[in-house]
Amino acid sequence: MSHAWRVTVFLAGAAGIAVLFALVCRTLPGPLPVRNRYAEAINSRVYAQRNVTDAVSAVNFDYRGFDTIGEEFILFVSVLGSISLLRITSERTEGLLADAAEPSRDVPASDAISLWVLVMIAPKVLFGIYIVTHGQLTPGGGFQGGVILASAALILYVGESFAVFRKVVSWRLVELAEAAGAGGFLLIGMIAWFWGKPFLTNVLPLGKTHELTSGGTMPLISLATGLEVMAGFVLLLFAFLQETLTVRGEE
Amino acid sequence: MIFLQLGILLCVLIAGTTVVFTRGLASQPVVVSVFGLMLALMFVVFQAPDVALSQIVVGAVGLPLIVLLALAKLRRDAQLLHRQQDEDETK
Repeated sequence: MSHAWRVTVFLAGAAGIAVLFALVCRTLPGPLPVRNRYAEAINSRVYAQRNVTDAVSAVNFDYRGFDTIGEEFILFVSVLGSISLLRITSERTEGLLADAAEPSRDVPASDAISLWVLVMIAPKVLFGIYIVTHGQLTPGGGFQGGVILASAALILYVGESFAVFRKVVSWRLVELAEAAGAGGFLLIGMIAWFWGKPFLTNVLPLGKTHELTSGGTMPLISLATGLEVMAGFVLLLFAFLQETLTVRGEE
Repeated sequence: MIFLQLGILLCVLIAGTTVVFTRGLASQPVVVSVFGLMLALMFVVFQAPDVALSQIVVGAVGLPLIVLLALAKLRRDAQLLHRQQDEDETK
């Protein structure tokens, strides 16, 4: 197929999509405020029914908690898949790990970056924990807090080196956290069975609104998700860095 | 408010188009990260702070980093392959 033909076919297809897109856009609701029956139902009930202030977390961890389990395990399985794919070559280069312990970067991080990272790590960890534990009160929750915690490990590599990263982050421990997070979510869901209620029913005492313990199972699920997400991202990072940098050390 | 919304939508449009037209493999992750940041700002403007929080870390940091690391791994696998081929030829 010649170049001119390809462009013609593309333009014809693009024009068709543009027409359909314009038709669809005409029926879309305008920008804020959006009137949505589901959103209104949730917003008007969440405060009285569950003693929490963040409707998004209430939907994620309670009303549609089962969907969140699916999402959690999507992450779990994709991390598992990536690691097992990366492992195929890393076993071959296992002996080279000793070399990787020596900082092997093309350009070492400048003192300014190292200092900034050291200053930032503690606030970042604190902020991550805050986001995880306040999921039911303010925007955020397990997933958001988990990725923030994982990025604390990431900037450790950016500001220092992989050697320092390996010293601080224990593969075993992170693996354990990953499993505990994923399994913890399921276990919390099973608590409801002791009351003869369906899986993931919010059976724990709801506590007082605006308090850390409000929301029954919500803060627990948020914690489990935070653990799982943090560990998943750190494992992914660990595997990738190990793969890429071991080889650098060998050169 | 409507101007803020239009402005941020325009930024997302420009950043997204830039991502498509960036050809350099090494510079693509950086442009994607800027695009991710624009998306996060858009989520904030449209009152979805929960989504914005995860978008900042996943879209602006996580995705570009994984792409960058994958590129580094590919380059290094290619080098290993070349070296092996050279050794085979010398034998």
